[in-house]
Amino acid sequence: MDFPIISSLILLPTLGAIFLFFSKSKNNTNVTSKYLALFVSSANFVLSLYLWYLFDSSTSEFQFLEDRSWIKGFINYKVGVDGISILFIILTTFIAPLCVVSVNNTIKTRLKDFLIAILIMESLMIGVFCSLDLVVFYLFFEAGLIPMFLIIGIWGGVKRVYSAFKFFLYTLLGSVLMLIAIISIYWITGTTDVVYLYNIGIDAKYQNLLWLAFFSSFAVKTPMWPVHTWLPDAHVEAPTAGSVLLAAILLKMAGYGFIRFSVGLFPIASEYFIPLIYILSLVAIIYTSLVALMQEDMKKLIAYSSVAHMGFVTLGIFTFTQQGLEGSIYQMISHGLISAALFFSVGVIYERMHTRLINNYSGLVSVMPKYAIFLMIFTLGAIGLPGTTGFVGEFLILIGAFKKNFLVATIASLGVILCAAYMLWLYKRIIFGELLNNELKKILDLNKSEILILCCLGIPIIFFGFYPEPLINTIEVSIENLIEMYKYNLNLVKK
Amino acid sequence: MINLNFIYSEIFLALSIMALLLIGVFKKNSSTLIYNLSIISLFSCLALMFSFPFNENIKLFNESYQIDNLSTFMKILTIVSGIFVLISSNNYIQTIKINKIEYPILALSSILGMMVMISSNDLILFYIGLELQSLALYVLASFNRDNLLSSESGLKYFVLSALSSGLLLYGCSLIYGFSGSTNFFIIAENLTENSYGLTFGIVFILVGLAFKISAVPFHMWAPDVYEGSPTSVTTFFAILPKIAALTVFIRFLYVPFINLIDQWQMIIVFLSIASMLFGAIAAIGQKNLKRLIAYSSIGHMGYALAGLATGTNQGIHSSITYITIYLFMNMAFFCCLFMMKRDEKYFENIEDLSGLSKNHPMLSFSFLLVLFSLAGIPPLAGFFAKFYVFSAVIEESMYFLAVVGLLSTVIAAFYYLRLIKIIYFDKDKEKYEVNHNMGLKLTLILSSIFILFYFIYPSWLIQIIEKINII
Repeated sequence: MDFPIISSLILLPTLGAIFLFFSKSKNNTNVTSKYLALFVSSANFVLSLYLWYLFDSSTSEFQFLEDRSWIKGFINYKVGVDGISILFIILTTFIAPLCVVSVNNTIKTRLKDFLIAILIMESLMIGVFCSLDLVVFYLFFEAGLIPMFLIIGIWGGVKRVYSAFKFFLYTLLGSVLMLIAIISIYWITGTTDVVYLYNIGIDAKYQNLLWLAFFSSFAVKTPMWPVHTWLPDAHVEAPTAGSVLLAAILLKMAGYGFIRFSVGLFPIASEYFIPLIYILSLVAIIYTSLVALMQEDMKKLIAYSSVAHMGFVTLGIFTFTQQGLEGSIYQMISHGLISAALFFSVGVIYERMHTRLINNYSGLVSVMPKYAIFLMIFTLGAIGLPGTTGFVGEFLILIGAFKKNFLVATIASLGVILCAAYMLWLYKRIIFGELLNNELKKILDLNKSEILILCCLGIPIIFFGFYPEPLINTIEVSIENLIEMYKYNLNLVKK
Repeated sequence: MINLNFIYSEIFLALSIMALLLIGVFKKNSSTLIYNLSIISLFSCLALMFSFPFNENIKLFNESYQIDNLSTFMKILTIVSGIFVLISSNNYIQTIKINKIEYPILALSSILGMMVMISSNDLILFYIGLELQSLALYVLASFNRDNLLSSESGLKYFVLSALSSGLLLYGCSLIYGFSGSTNFFIIAENLTENSYGLTFGIVFILVGLAFKISAVPFHMWAPDVYEGSPTSVTTFFAILPKIAALTVFIRFLYVPFINLIDQWQMIIVFLSIASMLFGAIAAIGQKNLKRLIAYSSIGHMGYALAGLATGTNQGIHSSITYITIYLFMNMAFFCCLFMMKRDEKYFENIEDLSGLSKNHPMLSFSFLLVLFSLAGIPPLAGFFAKFYVFSAVIEESMYFLAVVGLLSTVIAAFYYLRLIKIIYFDKDKEKYEVNHNMGLKLTLILSSIFILFYFIYPSWLIQIIEKINII
């Protein structure tokens, strides 16, 4: 048998976490445990790059499949990747080491526990992206709540308890309905194996209800308007690394879930619910952009912008065009990088001044020139300036939307302008102007580890903005296949 | 010729109870000795259980006593949890000075009663077993007799339980009157449809049984008794009688009355929904951990009943799996309670947990596991328990029950999260004592390992339980 590369990807961080858990906790071992976590997560990143190298992008079949009996005669532990999931795995393994590096400045207490939580989180998120069995997927999807709850609750800000509870209960409420749907699928079709379900399809009469149950879970996690309210709270209170994980990866689970499960398993229901998704996405894009304009807290502003950007993603997925779906995946990867970078940037000044209010900052360009450059890059990326990844994603999504519905696409385009408005205004208020606050005069510019993190994020944002080829190539065939399957299913019903 | 081989363990237990009583009477200051001896006799009892071949289906005493896979499995479960309870609470009963010789002997008699209940295939025998276990429990509940709460809880339990036993007995007599027998098999044969007398009988018996597993609306006693009894007895209450009563539930509903499923299914569904919702909502406001776990166990019994409401083998298996996993979760929870000790005093209020994680990382990690598992969050064992139950429920297309059940897990998650919040997010208080005896530590470690690593190979439990075939 081949080397189980995907299981190793899932298990490696967990093993690192177990090792950390049993290592003696003295004060001077904090450095050691940090290096251990960094080593484990970097090794995992290298492993995932190797996976990408081995990955054959000319086929839409699932690759590196592992299939083991888990609950006898009921559920198999089945994992594998295709063009859709592999990029998310790489994104996860890429963000995790950066989170580990960032703890230097941000986490003051119980460092070891925090690293354990990050590593466990990494394992679970990789598991979500490569599981090919609904129950296994649910397991990973839900288990992520535990470490995230603790990350927000233990290391979070002032209102951390409220935010942690809100995050947990919202997500759990959405997910239990998905659990019912998963069990129902088992009793309807006799299997929860996604690959098998793709082939046999699910009876059209069940699809709408099942779709809604899955939707309830993914809509909370995306988050879509009107169930997005947990996100700003969770982002604001979480420590920097927690916000980064949330924005960069956790939100992508839902987008991925929409593509893999909602569209893949319930094509007829997906077609039926297109208007619902369009309306909710447009509301998310326009309304949350307007809300973002009014924010006084930087993290909250970025959180609302995340909701708006994820609105583009859901819009793109449900255009069912090659460009729209590719754009959605591209936008998710790009948003993963950019929002992570923005949260890291906010974290940088928060650690120095212990305030996130925009009014407390001004004229940072004169004391933190390097910081100003980096923030400029990320702001432009968030706006979707050509030459950044943000542009490619939004552009493709809008092409897809124009193909499908002119009005929807026009309204969505307004969102791009609003996004420019709130991001540039934010940049202007923080970086330019007079340096009024005396305390700001003593502020230090970026240190080495911060430059390292921001460079790591900035380079791919620009590189893949100019040269999207490698990413698009990876996902292209799988998307083509998905759309073909979708159209085939629809035709089947029409006949 | 009756083949007594198969009830050696019951006979052994009965003999050892008498022997221990004699030793206790004639030997001064022998409470520790008796305690250890009773643990040993439980171990021997367990060994005897394993010494017979499984997969037998044997009926003794005019078919009134049945040995089959169900009874064997449940008896093993009862004895194992009995051992766990006794081992883990050893330190506790010495500290609060209730280490009298009667304590372990009463616990053993209660276990004997449960074993009779589990195997009974006859209403009379079932009632005898039930009364034996209840009588022992009344005394145990008020064992800390200098404590006002403890005496109150014993008395309360006695009065209410006697009432429910009366109802149960009345139900038995109705069933006897309308079917002509007390034996489950003969009742099944003589069963006529549309007999209101039988339906009434079933209802009365279900009331009595629902009281024993504290299902809503017959739950009133549980919070007070859980809170008032010594914690070691609460542990006993929370686990053992439920195993026995659930077995009787299964046997009573599925052997004689499976054909009357239309009559009793709605009752079970109602009990289940009411318990799940009430347990979840009422636990939110609690301040005492034992009271909280009482409400939580009310909720958990609702889930176990949901499996029974399906009327299928799948449902029975899921209920048995649920109670097995529930046993380990509760055991771990109470072990954590036993560890909260400082200056010869045990702490059982929620605020005493405050900031536990700073001073006792391992203990709070176990707490974390138990609470998330009780809330049913994957990948911990509690999730699988709920998963099996709801997959059985959905198989029978009882979607309403499934939706209500899963939504109540969300409500219930709130109060479990509140405990985790207090342990992990709040300010720390004084340290608790660190030295604990080996038995307590061992029980906690074993049950935590079970909860944490159950997901790696979940089939083993299911494979054992699938051998139980009632219908």
